Amino acid sequence: MKRTGVFICRCGINIAGTVDVEKVAKELYKHTGVVHSEDYIYMCSDPGQNLIVEAIKEKKLDSVIIACCSPTLHETTFRNAAKSAGLNPFQCEIANIREQCSWVHKDMEKATEKSIKITRSAVERVRRNESLEPISIPVTRKALVIGGGISGIQSALDLANSGFEVILVERSPSIGGHMIQLSETFPTLDCSQCILTPKMVEASKHPKINLMTYSEVQEISGYVGNFKVKILKKPTYVDPDKCTLCDECTRVCPVVVPNEFDIGLTGRRAIYIPFPQSIPATYTLDIKACPGLLPIACGKCEDVCEPNAIDFDMKPEIIEEEVGTIIAATGYDLYEKELMSEYGYGKYPDVLDGLQFERLCSASGPTMGKILRPSDHKEPKEVVFVQCVGSRDPELHCAYCSKICCMYTAKHAMLFKHHVHDGQAYIFYIDIRSGGKGYEEFVQRAVEEDGVLYLRGKVSKIFGDKGKLKVWGVDTLSGKDIEIDADMVVLAMATRPSKGAEELAKKLKIAIDKDGFLSEAHPKLRPVESVTSGMFLAGAAQAPKDIPEAVAQASGAAAKAITILSQERLYHAPTVAMVNVNLCTGCEMCVHVCPYDALSLKDGKVEVNEVLCEGCGTCSATCLRAAIQIKNLTPLQVHEMIKACLGG
Amino acid sequence: MAEEFEPKIVAFLCKWCSSAGSDLAGVTRMEYPSNVVPITVMCSGSVSPLYIFSAFNKGADGVLVSGCHPGDCHYIKGNFYTRRRITMVKKLLEYIGLEPQRFQMSWVSAAEGTKYTQIIKDFVKELKPLGPQTKLRRNP
Repeated sequence: MKRTGVFICRCGINIAGTVDVEKVAKELYKHTGVVHSEDYIYMCSDPGQNLIVEAIKEKKLDSVIIACCSPTLHETTFRNAAKSAGLNPFQCEIANIREQCSWVHKDMEKATEKSIKITRSAVERVRRNESLEPISIPVTRKALVIGGGISGIQSALDLANSGFEVILVERSPSIGGHMIQLSETFPTLDCSQCILTPKMVEASKHPKINLMTYSEVQEISGYVGNFKVKILKKPTYVDPDKCTLCDECTRVCPVVVPNEFDIGLTGRRAIYIPFPQSIPATYTLDIKACPGLLPIACGKCEDVCEPNAIDFDMKPEIIEEEVGTIIAATGYDLYEKELMSEYGYGKYPDVLDGLQFERLCSASGPTMGKILRPSDHKEPKEVVFVQCVGSRDPELHCAYCSKICCMYTAKHAMLFKHHVHDGQAYIFYIDIRSGGKGYEEFVQRAVEEDGVLYLRGKVSKIFGDKGKLKVWGVDTLSGKDIEIDADMVVLAMATRPSKGAEELAKKLKIAIDKDGFLSEAHPKLRPVESVTSGMFLAGAAQAPKDIPEAVAQASGAAAKAITILSQERLYHAPTVAMVNVNLCTGCEMCVHVCPYDALSLKDGKVEVNEVLCEGCGTCSATCLRAAIQIKNLTPLQVHEMIKACLGG
Repeated sequence: MAEEFEPKIVAFLCKWCSSAGSDLAGVTRMEYPSNVVPITVMCSGSVSPLYIFSAFNKGADGVLVSGCHPGDCHYIKGNFYTRRRITMVKKLLEYIGLEPQRFQMSWVSAAEGTKYTQIIKDFVKELKPLGPQTKLRRNP
């Protein structure tokens, strides 16, 4: 028979206010196996912990129950206290009598009775607990960063500068992400490319960073500290070592397709370099647009390429790597404009989205920084900016706030005025959310210095009318209908998780939220971790974010990754599944339900890979013979706990 | 006057969502009847049908199984198995003549303290008119 000690915390009056702790202590003392029972004002305080340590030593306790707050708060505290008294930490369990009892009930008698049941149930559990040692696993000291936007670049740089090898995977031909498309950034109006390109160059030249562009993660297996990754390296059909960037190939290429970098405002050839500062600086042959990789089909680029850099025989490669930790920085895309037909996007060339307007303002853009209408290349004088297009619209589109649009729209309106001094910018908004350092002042500057006219209300319709765009809206502050004959309309589209993020999340086995963004492990306390250990989130993949926030989270994710990479070995909770080989018939039902592929059949019996097992217990509920059980929460323990809960 | 019948309820709560949701109900000082005694399990997927029968057998008047919302499981897909398994258990219990209200399942996320409170309130309210459960109890 085990010797169990029970310690009941008063938590000031948080528990003692509604629970008669002395009665709980007295009742528990009568319970089988309990040889010590007492209450104290704050068990988590140093004297409280000492009380536990002393009692363990004096009464030779081999298991303890602390009846206190939720185990999410002080389980570690008390397990460490027990450990310091020479007890195995797994011989300490928590009975939650605060959050699940004293705080939700007012009747003292009933709350006391319930506390007794909860505590007895915990005693029944700990009486049958095994002493366990954490499972130790080695660590591969290398990281994988998925996504080469500002977040991915920042994470990779932080990891590499800390001395760890990093593989940075980007699916498009160049790193840079959306940030490289932007013209200026709020609230300082510094040039986006000017501040990003140094980081891109640093990432590409860093000896610790293995940059893999035009590559996609295909398969991931393994577990924290030891992931196995298969990366598909798509063929660019151009040898970057031979290519001299002479640009002869694009001059002869007969195919023109919309240029993704300018969001369709310009065209590009089938063989192309995404933008002048592309990293790696090389051309890519877009196989989808190319008429065929045969001299008979076209082959003009190959003909003119003097250094013979073009290689039609290049094949996709699968590269296998082992990493210890993974950071997902997959970024965002803008909401599908086709879903906003009332605003005439696609029908009228002068209705643009925010990113297209960035390209128009950009010094490297299609108009060399002149703001011109795509339809007739004339300078627009009246421009209407519409905020919350698709955001904050739970009925039809996205329920959430896209966060960055208030600020970038203010910036757009400002940039427009800086380019077209006699122009007028109108902004339709629902609310202005300018929380951030210098953000509110920035919006005020747009109003005061650049005369931007803010109209609080939504736009109902945009349609073409005699060469102008008629914008129908309402100003809810004055209650008046508004009609503007605009030369150009810019829509601040909602930000969405980047295409393919959901598919990747499935491969990584990390959860996504209702909007498709990658889920963090805890909204407040674990904002950069995913629920899968060893995988972290950075940037707009987790939620809409502006550049400073994305960079901060990227560095946070890198720091979290370093907490793993800097260890020699990792320790894993030992409360995992175990198999009673005498009962196991090898029916494999548990093998099929395991979410972690931790179970396998060996010599007709199921075997547990303790490193992969997370201890969820789905296998144990599936087994018809109770042959597979979770350590320290076995069916026998649960049955006894049920009995105690029912007062038996 | 006879004392009002107080049903005894065992609630199996998954650690990551429903138990955290019930913690939140506590943190925000919501109030619900004290009839429910919770047992925190790692995943609702680990709740064997035997646990449910065991609870009724040991005198529970009602049993609740609560997990993360489908698609939101901490263990990726554990609650999908719960959903299937529990539906089967529910049918079986009805087949043997147990009032269907006595066994419930719910999805409560870590943010849904209010929902958890409401579920407990409704459950107790539904169980009161039924009186003690004797169908599966070992010693009625």
